[in-house]
Amino acid sequence: MGAVPISWFLTLSAVLFSLGVAGFLLRRSIITVFMSIELMLNAVNLSFVTFSYQLKKVDGHLLAFFVMVVAAAEAAVGLAIILTVFKNRKTLNIDDVDSMKN
Amino acid sequence: MDSFLVISLVKVAIVFAVLLTTLAYLQWVERKVLAHIQVRPGPYRVGPHGLLQPVADVIKLLTKEDLTPPFVNQPLYLLAPFLAMTMALLSICVIPFGPVITVGGVRTAMQLTDLNIGVLFVLAVTSMGVYGVVFAGWASNNKYALLGGLRSSAQMISYELPLSLAIASPLLVSNTLSLSELVGKQAGGIWNWNVFHGPFPQVFAFVIFLIAAFAETNRVPFDLPEAENELVAGFHVEYSSMKFASFFMSEYANMITVSCMATLLFLGGWVAPWPAEYGSRFVPAAIFVAAGLVALYHGLNPRRRRDKYSLPVVAAVFFVMAGAFLLPMTQEWLLPLFWFAAKTGGILFLFMWVRGTLPRFRYDQLMGFTWKWLFPAAMLNLLVTGFLVAWWS
Amino acid sequence: MDVILFLVFAVVAVVCAINVVVQTHPISSAVSLIGVMGSLAVLYLLLGAEFIAAAQVIVYAGAIMVLFVFVIMLLNAGAEAKEGRSLMVRFLGLPALVMLLGLLAYFVQRLFPRGDSVHFGGFTGGSPRDIGMALFTTYLLPFEATSILILIAIVGAIVLARKEMD
Repeated sequence: MGAVPISWFLTLSAVLFSLGVAGFLLRRSIITVFMSIELMLNAVNLSFVTFSYQLKKVDGHLLAFFVMVVAAAEAAVGLAIILTVFKNRKTLNIDDVDSMKN
Repeated sequence: MDSFLVISLVKVAIVFAVLLTTLAYLQWVERKVLAHIQVRPGPYRVGPHGLLQPVADVIKLLTKEDLTPPFVNQPLYLLAPFLAMTMALLSICVIPFGPVITVGGVRTAMQLTDLNIGVLFVLAVTSMGVYGVVFAGWASNNKYALLGGLRSSAQMISYELPLSLAIASPLLVSNTLSLSELVGKQAGGIWNWNVFHGPFPQVFAFVIFLIAAFAETNRVPFDLPEAENELVAGFHVEYSSMKFASFFMSEYANMITVSCMATLLFLGGWVAPWPAEYGSRFVPAAIFVAAGLVALYHGLNPRRRRDKYSLPVVAAVFFVMAGAFLLPMTQEWLLPLFWFAAKTGGILFLFMWVRGTLPRFRYDQLMGFTWKWLFPAAMLNLLVTGFLVAWWS
Repeated sequence: MDVILFLVFAVVAVVCAINVVVQTHPISSAVSLIGVMGSLAVLYLLLGAEFIAAAQVIVYAGAIMVLFVFVIMLLNAGAEAKEGRSLMVRFLGLPALVMLLGLLAYFVQRLFPRGDSVHFGGFTGGSPRDIGMALFTTYLLPFEATSILILIAIVGAIVLARKEMD
């Protein structure tokens, strides 16, 4: 019943980040891609807080807080953009909103 | 460590037994209050003065057919009432009902757990409670449920903003987030309560908190998403029996939570209006004796035939309770509990009084009110409070 | 006790994260993402970050995800069609991902000696008082900048999503 090694937290953060990247690259629905981005941001937050524990300073918490605030602003604007895209293209599949020639 | 676990389990058992009974009987109180506002007796026949009506309602809800409509989204359909109920009950864990007491050689606080971020915990749990409504509306595969659920949750998250700002103002004055410390800083008497004290009496914050609390719990005058229940049925149209009872109970539990928060933040929690040495220990006993005398008078001149038998019994119960408040060994924990219950009960009575009196807002009026008036007012209040607190110290 | 807590919530977080990526219907992904955020909040409590844990639940799980769920419900985003992927992706994709994760985990374990360990109560500097002190002294400029950022986001969201005025 000892303590948890710090490397486990960082491994968890790496795993969550890679899953976020996988979701971002593989999924076709805009909203799921957006949610994978949020997953990546959460993984990075975990890293920040872990390093803050290791260095015994509170600055990591502050940075995690700012990441949260920026993610909130990004979610608001991003979802507004998604709504506009849906209104104009009538689809949420990112392959179908491609209007380039090839 | 061992005794800590045992004490905590005992406290949990007591708090939840009392809470669930209160939830059931709060519905009785609401029906009686609404009835007397509308000059009619209310539940009267099931047991003396309708006191067994909640029991009858529970039996009815438990024995109703629990049917699951065929095309619902099963996982979310089953998850929604659980979420609503869990989040509603979870916030009771951090509410202090009294000071640190010594009962039977054991020294413990009258609070399940004293988090040093107690206020944030209650806010977090309230934010998660929105999901019960949203998922119920979505999973029901019914356009009225979806509309009702979306409207209700949009209302709840819009009113969370003035609620949080109204909570932040007395926190600026009290300088702590822990709920028991918050009450501790308001000790002394009615002039120390946050609503009257300090560089800026938090009267506006109290009013804003109450208005936002009405909207958060979907009560009149903000209950359009629920009034669609009476007309069409809102987010819980496809739910029956025990799952419907969960939503119902979670609404009352939310009401109790916001009333407790209002008491703790603004009205001084379990602190008596004037210190106990100057006689406020006799106030509860005096109130119960007066109530017993009134009940005795109405029992001796009964207006209805049954009152001749039931009201003297009620009077006897009140006299016994008055005696309980005068015993020396209960003074330590019963008096703070009485003041806390009295203030919370007063705010709950306000909820019911408003329900019986005001008409409801239309949805666009409701949303316009929060974004154009309540949120700027809460921000202005926070600014003024912050400025005065900084200037005064 | 801390190890059990960490293992339980780390497994919940990873399972929910896999669910986010794997599920076809966006609403299931959203519910799983809420699960990830909740378990991360518990892990923050283990790391002594009580304010960040509360902020995670209030802001991320309680507001941002509600926004996501609203948009999914309003747009009635249906389940994605499972389209065929190329043979190479299907057979090499999962092993490549596992290998990448294994490599990352190995390097992380190598870089951080076993001496550092996390136990509940090891770091007490994450209280709201400490956050407030740092936020309004050292990090005042980012604080003001993010407040302007939020204002821009509000105005932008309203402009993008409103109906055309005549």
